[in-house]
Amino acid sequence: MTLAIEVSGLQKSFGEVQALRGIDFTVEQGTIVGLLGPNGSGKTTTVRILATLLKADAGIAKVAGIDVSSSPDQVRTMIGLTGQYAAVDEYLTGRENLQLFGQLFHLSKKQAAQRADELLTRFDLADAADRGIKGYSGGMRRRLDLAASLIGRPSVLFLDEPTTGLDPRSRLGMWEVIESLVAQGTTVLLTTQYLEEADQLASRSVVLDHGSVIAQGTSDELKSQVGGDRVEVVLEIPNQLAQAKAALSSIASGEININEDQHKVIIPTSGGSRSVVEAVRLLDEVQISIADIALRRPTLDDVFLSLTGRSAEDEKSEVKPKQRSRRGARA
Amino acid sequence: MTTSETATKYRPTLGWLISDTTAVAKRHILKITRVPESLFFALIQPVMFVLLFAFVFGGAINLGGGGASAYREYLIPGIFAQTVMFAVASITVGITEDANRGIMDRFRSLPMRPGAVLGGHTLASLFQNILVLIILSITGLLVGWRIRGSVADALLGYLLLVTFAYAMTWIGAWIGLHMPSPEVAGTAGLAWIFPLTFASNVFTPIATMPSWLQPIALWNPVSCLALACRKLFGNPVPFLGDSFPEQHAVPLAYGYALLFLAIFAPLAVRAFKTRNVGGLKA
Repeated sequence: MTLAIEVSGLQKSFGEVQALRGIDFTVEQGTIVGLLGPNGSGKTTTVRILATLLKADAGIAKVAGIDVSSSPDQVRTMIGLTGQYAAVDEYLTGRENLQLFGQLFHLSKKQAAQRADELLTRFDLADAADRGIKGYSGGMRRRLDLAASLIGRPSVLFLDEPTTGLDPRSRLGMWEVIESLVAQGTTVLLTTQYLEEADQLASRSVVLDHGSVIAQGTSDELKSQVGGDRVEVVLEIPNQLAQAKAALSSIASGEININEDQHKVIIPTSGGSRSVVEAVRLLDEVQISIADIALRRPTLDDVFLSLTGRSAEDEKSEVKPKQRSRRGARA
Repeated sequence: MTTSETATKYRPTLGWLISDTTAVAKRHILKITRVPESLFFALIQPVMFVLLFAFVFGGAINLGGGGASAYREYLIPGIFAQTVMFAVASITVGITEDANRGIMDRFRSLPMRPGAVLGGHTLASLFQNILVLIILSITGLLVGWRIRGSVADALLGYLLLVTFAYAMTWIGAWIGLHMPSPEVAGTAGLAWIFPLTFASNVFTPIATMPSWLQPIALWNPVSCLALACRKLFGNPVPFLGDSFPEQHAVPLAYGYALLFLAIFAPLAVRAFKTRNVGGLKA
């Protein structure tokens, strides 16, 4: 497998703040890798270094085998970048924007016009092509922005939080586009705060926290670090929680937890869907009625919580770091 | 679409620099046509200064003889100089906006020549300033200003104004790249121009100023520019002394313009290459 992105020992400080404390990861050609982490974890800094916008203090960053610090111009011919802000000109039309970027990519006038048409159609912007960007919706701007980053047919695409602030429908639309790009052989490095997004799109994820890689692997690998599946049972009668816990101990592979507020018993298990059947039978035997029962697989949110002691979303809240387990973290 | 179709190979030629600069300049000129209001207000300000000083304050300013019509001939080259200084403001806000909106990141991640983004922007700004100078010349002619020197000198005068304006747009670009937000850029671009134009011979002869201010005003680039224009257009130069800046105003003004260009164009390009949006944001 060829590596589209190689990062090793990358460090970057802004004054006193150490944004990157020596990170390592690689991305194979033609895959999507998610760069996960809360605000300030170093995601954007990493992308900006790889996209030649920022110089690293130490370490190596290569795109398609080319060092970004020694040959940034070479790298620029191969990459596309979509940042957190729609990086298009407000006063130009969609078509004029794409033609401008096409010309700056040194396509001929005719090629630039052709490529603009092609992308406008593909991103469902053909009807709005000759209107000023000012009148575009948030989703349309992001699509145009993504289209602009594809002008030069990049082999490596950096997407820095491409769906932040989009409504669910526009987000799904972006996901489809990103998936189709990868199907055509583009390599994508995607940063996101939405763990769901990484789960959906990325074949592998790299989890950053305070400028360090704290875990990497496939979604399944990351999830198995948190522990496997669990059965969650919601009871109809709350005061039976303790009784239910006792009844279900035989199928538990670890400590059973009780959530009093939600009348919920959470049983870690390794039995898969069979455990659900078993749980129903066991509870029926002791005549406890079930309001809801489900087999839950851990989400990347659970992964984040377990790795950092904080949820990805409430990074500001003061939760004490639990076990900062790194065992097997570097898959 | 496959990645193997990528045709672009990085070729750092002069041709690229020119085509990139033209493409960016075209973007900004289109922008001027889309928001004609900004051009209108850029035009209205110097015209207002002409009317204000020609008809309101002018009568109170002592040129040592010559009366109101002489003052108007004295005033117009001064307003030319002031307008050229304000060319700074024509670009700072736009540059800061670009930097904060992320479009500058896009430019920087493209395989284009680094000088082209600022080169194109300053070129478009120069175009706007030339329009302003034309309107201002017409206004001047209407209030009684005349070019009384030779055609060659007049051309040299306009060339000086255009060169100076271009140097000022690079200073504006450099300032714009260091401002945190367009709002701050709007103020910072202008704040230092006002004392500079008022502590000069633009509106009043330096001889009427307190003695401690006179050497500063004499060497002030704005004074040199205004005096150079007065000489080249054959307009009144009252109280002309024999100090170096008064005797050699034309070469000195050209010297200032080229010096500013030589200092600030490379500084601005360097700031453009290293600018990190949002500073600490990681």
